[in-house]
Amino acid sequence: MLTFVGLGLFDVRDISVKGLDAVRRADAVYLEAYTSRLMGSSVDEMEQVFGKEIRLLGREDVEQHPDAVIDRARDGDVVFLTGGDPMVSTTHADLRIRAAEAGVPTVIVHASSIQSAVCGLSGLQNYRFGKSCSVPFPAAGWFPTTPLATVRANLDCGLHTLVYLDIQPDRYMRVPEAVGLLEEMAEATGQPAPDLYVGIARAGSESPVVAAGTADRLKAFDFGPPLHILIVPADLHPVEREYLETFAGL
Amino acid sequence: MVERVTELMDKPERIRNIGIVAHIDHGKTTLSDNLLAGAGMISEDLAGKQLFMDSDEEEQARGITIDASNVSMVHTYGGQEFLINMIDTPGHVDFGGDVTRAMRAVDGAVVVVDAVEGTMPQTETVLRQALKEGVRPVLFINKVDRLVNELKVDQQEMQIRLGKVIDKVNKLIKGMNEKMYNDGWKLDAAMGTVAFGSALYNWAVSVPFMQKSGVSFKDVFEKCNAGDMKWLAKNSPLSDVLLDMVVKHLPNPTDAQKRRIPIIWHGDKETAEGKTMMNCDPNGPAALMVTDISFDPHAGEVATGRLFSGTLKRGTELYVMGTAKRANRLSQVGIFMGAERIEVEALPAGNIAAVTGLKDAIVGSTVSTMMDITPFEALKHYSEPVMTVAVEAKNMKDLPKLVEVLRQVGKEDPTVQVSINEETGEHLIAGMGELHLEIITGRIKRDKGVEIITSPPIVVYRETPTQKAGPVEGKSPNRHNRFYIELEPMDPAVIDLILKGEVSMNQQVIERRDILVTAGMDKDEAKNIKAIEGTNMFIDMTKGIQYLNETMELVLDGWREALRGGPLADEQVQNLKIKLLDVKLHEDAIHRGPAQVIPAVRSAVKAGILYAGDSLLEPVQKIQITVPTEQMGPATSQIQGRRGQVFDMLSEGDTMTVIGKAPVAELFGFAGDVRSATEGRAMWSTEFAGFEVVPGGIVDEVVKGIRKRKGLKEQIPRPEDYLA
Repeated sequence: MLTFVGLGLFDVRDISVKGLDAVRRADAVYLEAYTSRLMGSSVDEMEQVFGKEIRLLGREDVEQHPDAVIDRARDGDVVFLTGGDPMVSTTHADLRIRAAEAGVPTVIVHASSIQSAVCGLSGLQNYRFGKSCSVPFPAAGWFPTTPLATVRANLDCGLHTLVYLDIQPDRYMRVPEAVGLLEEMAEATGQPAPDLYVGIARAGSESPVVAAGTADRLKAFDFGPPLHILIVPADLHPVEREYLETFAGL
Repeated sequence: MVERVTELMDKPERIRNIGIVAHIDHGKTTLSDNLLAGAGMISEDLAGKQLFMDSDEEEQARGITIDASNVSMVHTYGGQEFLINMIDTPGHVDFGGDVTRAMRAVDGAVVVVDAVEGTMPQTETVLRQALKEGVRPVLFINKVDRLVNELKVDQQEMQIRLGKVIDKVNKLIKGMNEKMYNDGWKLDAAMGTVAFGSALYNWAVSVPFMQKSGVSFKDVFEKCNAGDMKWLAKNSPLSDVLLDMVVKHLPNPTDAQKRRIPIIWHGDKETAEGKTMMNCDPNGPAALMVTDISFDPHAGEVATGRLFSGTLKRGTELYVMGTAKRANRLSQVGIFMGAERIEVEALPAGNIAAVTGLKDAIVGSTVSTMMDITPFEALKHYSEPVMTVAVEAKNMKDLPKLVEVLRQVGKEDPTVQVSINEETGEHLIAGMGELHLEIITGRIKRDKGVEIITSPPIVVYRETPTQKAGPVEGKSPNRHNRFYIELEPMDPAVIDLILKGEVSMNQQVIERRDILVTAGMDKDEAKNIKAIEGTNMFIDMTKGIQYLNETMELVLDGWREALRGGPLADEQVQNLKIKLLDVKLHEDAIHRGPAQVIPAVRSAVKAGILYAGDSLLEPVQKIQITVPTEQMGPATSQIQGRRGQVFDMLSEGDTMTVIGKAPVAELFGFAGDVRSATEGRAMWSTEFAGFEVVPGGIVDEVVKGIRKRKGLKEQIPRPEDYLA
């Protein structure tokens, strides 16, 4: 049996009771540590709280050589831990398909996700979000401008855009940098840059930061340590505006 | 002298940019020196011995020219002064790259041929390079005195032999470009496009000059016979005869550019840059083609090149095409006078410029005051690197210096390829032959002062597909991105067009498509070419796939990575045509980034090459050995004993010329062996003749040897290993 368990947003205490039961029952526990991170707890701390040894999996282990995990799940209970809610990262869908192909039964234990947390932190209505996108760190010969295209398409339909920020082994993208990159995309494609942004840092922690405003305001704003996420809101509903004025300094 | 030169610089009709080209040892450098002496640039007594143009110690020691070097001089003809910008080029085949570059900078060429040896393989090579660039040739038949003194011919025989040399060169020109031949590029002694003489003894004659000076072929024969070279030098001096011929028959930059720009530049002729280049106009945007980069201990990198339009001054801001669009500010602008660089106020179109401050330029760069112009046609080298040596610093602390020096070497000589073996950390230098690599490593030690250890040279191999394969599916590590490709060997006709430079990515799409369709390529394929790398082509046959546009550069990166090392032996891949048939991409940019797309395409290409019957190719050289008839046996066996093939034997008088080919892998130590086998009486030359399939009987062993040397697994990978 392979159980996908979501760890939730920030630290070891965000796991659900069901999830915790599954972990404690498991013969082996793996932690996927590349699509998102629990910033509030170390692996050591998790091992202490869970009372289990945790094996870390890199991108290669999950994407190219998942056989070790699947084999182990054939004749034992294996838990696959991820930050947030397990299946929001598309990669894990592939792992579940491969497990099923190998005849291994699978279960998902859900947890809170940034996808819904942003609604609470920003007051932007869940119903009004369009397609999401990510802003990657540019590489040599590669500067995708489709994130802005997604944002513009959503704006045209009056929809907000949730913009995920790149996580690399050695760095995290922060809100000011992401706003700068969106502006560069606007310049490169000749489209207008958005007027309004909402930046969020450390959702799920005891000290989350939410700030709304123009590009200039957000680029100068100190959001503190990662993880960060960004929203480009469409025209605001009066309640949304009031909420941002009250909680995000709009 | 400098003032006279600068005065003429802005009068294009009084400028001649010329190159001196020949087979090795036919006397180019001696000729150049004596021309300089005649123009008062160096002492006449020293000329011919000093080898002024060979400024490198190594050149003087070996008695051969390694780099092209240039110099400007003034010649008076018909009461008017003319500025002659001259480039001397190396004749040894290992340095052929320099000739290619020099031909881009000049408009006319003096082809030097030894009267005794006649045309040799490199005569043909350099002539072909000249015609290819639209550079007009005149002929100087050198060492005429040897005909008389060594071969003891009579006057009639002398003239017949000289006539034969002219016929042979004309035959070459006609064979290479019949149109040019018919349009007046045929060489004709009566017209004055041929001169005869001795560069060493400083005399020459031509039909027009004979009429002026009264010196006849009879005089030539008699004075040679009597050993009175001084009389000839006095009455018919080399520099006057040669430079008269240059001024009268070789074109000035204005005339030349009208003809040459359409050959070497495929941009739109109606644009501002197009018009100014066609007219060699000093006003308007500057366009410079960098043909050489050298390192001056004081000034740093000096870029030399032909200025086709505009004017350069200190402080001029230029952009180097194909690099980050940042301005490169010129700190010095000058011309070369031999090894000396002389600064000038302003350098107008039509001249050969030597500038500092072009940080982003490499040899072959197109440089302009405009931010974005169509680059000049890339410099095509007729030879390719066939041998590699690994170098390492003797002292670990020199490593950073070595890295810097290797970067310079790569910039200075584009026929050298410098790379790093990622696994072993070795630095590899690939060059055109044993001698070429010896010179380069020698220079690193001597000029750059880095103590290095070099490995014995290793042959460079290639890999190529032999049949169609595909579609092959390449999956990204996260399996959300899929690429479907089809592979096949390139049509030889298309390869030929690429090698000749008639098809390249610098052309406009329509022009390229039409040429390829005429050559038999499918129209749809011809218009969808995304990249050409060496003789490999990547064609995008997909339609309307969202996000593919911004992902294409990553796709091409993955393709290029695979081309750098094929699956068989990790050697460069050639002659591979790939069609991209379909693509599935992840919705989100992060999930279709470099870490996903590059490996997906790379492994699909590598697996595909295996499906397409990957085979190993080795470099082959054409060999020509001329020996006295009785030495023919040993000479022939020198070729046949090296897995070689003899395909022709020509006899002329009491000498035999054996022509054949043999793989480079068998040619180590060839020079010494030929010499001892023929008692030192052989004249020989080798020339790159392409890559050929390694014979089936030994290929397994060769592949095994390469894999072992490179530290690869002994087992050749299977397609599945890449597609897991």
